[in-house]
Amino acid sequence: MDELLLRSIVPGVLGVLVRRGADFAAAEDAVQDALIEAVRVWPADPPRDPKAWLVTVAWRRFLDATRAETARRRREDLVEEEPTPGPAPGTDDTLQLYFLCAHPSLTPSSAVALTLRAVGGLTTRQIAQAYLVPEATMAQRISRAKRTVSGVRFDRPGDVSTVLRVLYLVFNEGYSGDLDLSAEAIRLTRRLAAAIDHPEVAGLLALMLLHHARRAARTAPDGSLVPLAEQDRGQWDTASIAEGVRILQSALARDRLGEYQAQAAVAALHADAPTAAETDWVQIAEWYDELVGLTGSPVVRLNRAVAVGEADGPRAGLAALAELDDTLPRYAAVAAYLHERDGDPGTAAKLYAEAARKAQNVAERDHLTRQAARLNSRKE
Amino acid sequence: MAKYLMLKHYRGAPEAVNDVPMDRWTPEEVSAHIQYMNDFAARLEKSGEFVDGQALAPEGAWVRYDGEGRPPVTDGPFAETKDLIAGWMIIDVDSYERAVELAGELSAAPGAGGKPIHEWLELRPFLTAPPTISE
Repeated sequence: MDELLLRSIVPGVLGVLVRRGADFAAAEDAVQDALIEAVRVWPADPPRDPKAWLVTVAWRRFLDATRAETARRRREDLVEEEPTPGPAPGTDDTLQLYFLCAHPSLTPSSAVALTLRAVGGLTTRQIAQAYLVPEATMAQRISRAKRTVSGVRFDRPGDVSTVLRVLYLVFNEGYSGDLDLSAEAIRLTRRLAAAIDHPEVAGLLALMLLHHARRAARTAPDGSLVPLAEQDRGQWDTASIAEGVRILQSALARDRLGEYQAQAAVAALHADAPTAAETDWVQIAEWYDELVGLTGSPVVRLNRAVAVGEADGPRAGLAALAELDDTLPRYAAVAAYLHERDGDPGTAAKLYAEAARKAQNVAERDHLTRQAARLNSRKE
Repeated sequence: MAKYLMLKHYRGAPEAVNDVPMDRWTPEEVSAHIQYMNDFAARLEKSGEFVDGQALAPEGAWVRYDGEGRPPVTDGPFAETKDLIAGWMIIDVDSYERAVELAGELSAAPGAGGKPIHEWLELRPFLTAPPTISE
């Protein structure tokens, strides 16, 4: 059975149940039950219309559960209202689910978990493993999130930027364990882009595709990080790049710039350079100027300092860096890089060692330690 | 079976034999060290003795309760003299002797000059649940 196909139907099924009047938490439980049943039954007896099958089974499960509780009155009302089975409009229901799962009343970690479960159709165990927490913990997080949004009216349009932030978080978590969160985020963003016509949705999808394209080149066989400039560009996924660039271009053509399109533009310029030396840093620095204007984010300013250092020389980069708060994450790493380029390996080595102490993940720490070691062991 | 915690220190442990800070090794020596640690964990997974391993950032703070209706008090960054844990590995082994043997292997990870660091690791047994039969 095609698990991805199965999971792609899930939000539509959930949407039908909710539209028929099931509350979100109960509907979601019923759909999960139906999925488990599908895994059991389909291999021997595949349905002609998988979605209709899931709707029927999930609806029956929902009614059973409602009957088992005390809400008899409510059930009878629902049964009377039950619409005749037929093709359901898929996209609108799916879109509502995205908004619901990213609702502003949820914390980021809850929104991420709920999105992966209700929209992505993943099991609680898969999500728990991906985020390295016990399954019971993740189950609690998800059921609390469901309770939080259960009272939310399902008919108001949401703010798409909240959905994009959740999908960005899933993508950035990357790859840990058996579940590929980046690929999952791309799948969910792709479907969102099909359901809603919005340049920032396209921008985020392009950004993801362009970064995902570099994945094979980003780590060496021993697991160590390979920085962008040293990556084997032959290993980049050209199909993914081409798709990302195409999506980005048509988004930019609509002249409604946003932060994801601007970030994707930077990624596209990197993808476009046949070698690191041929990178168009002047244009990249200009895009970072746009991004600073759009977000004002200190992290963006830090990346801008790197781009300025490449476009106008390390002194200009250090000058841009000097305007920033030196407690920013990765500040020391950027300073180390610019000082090395400026011909001061002694200062750079000290800064790389400091950056390693401040690193927030093991791969980056090991990489920075190697950089310090490389400079300290150089022949004078 | 008994669980043991092997604690690695940034500082506070007795001085290692081959005590050169990591940024003073060659990049190849750094890589060899990391490879040794990864291989060690992989080997324990295969032998069914690995439970968990985590690394900690050197930065942090002391925190304590400061009374009803008041925010907790924090005290940081840590003083230079504070014993500082770098990370841990938890193993589940048949005997204390086996735990010592494994801690010894971990301490033999190569450092500067490709020679073993002889780093002191803290080995601590976990307190367990009470046994069913106690008389």
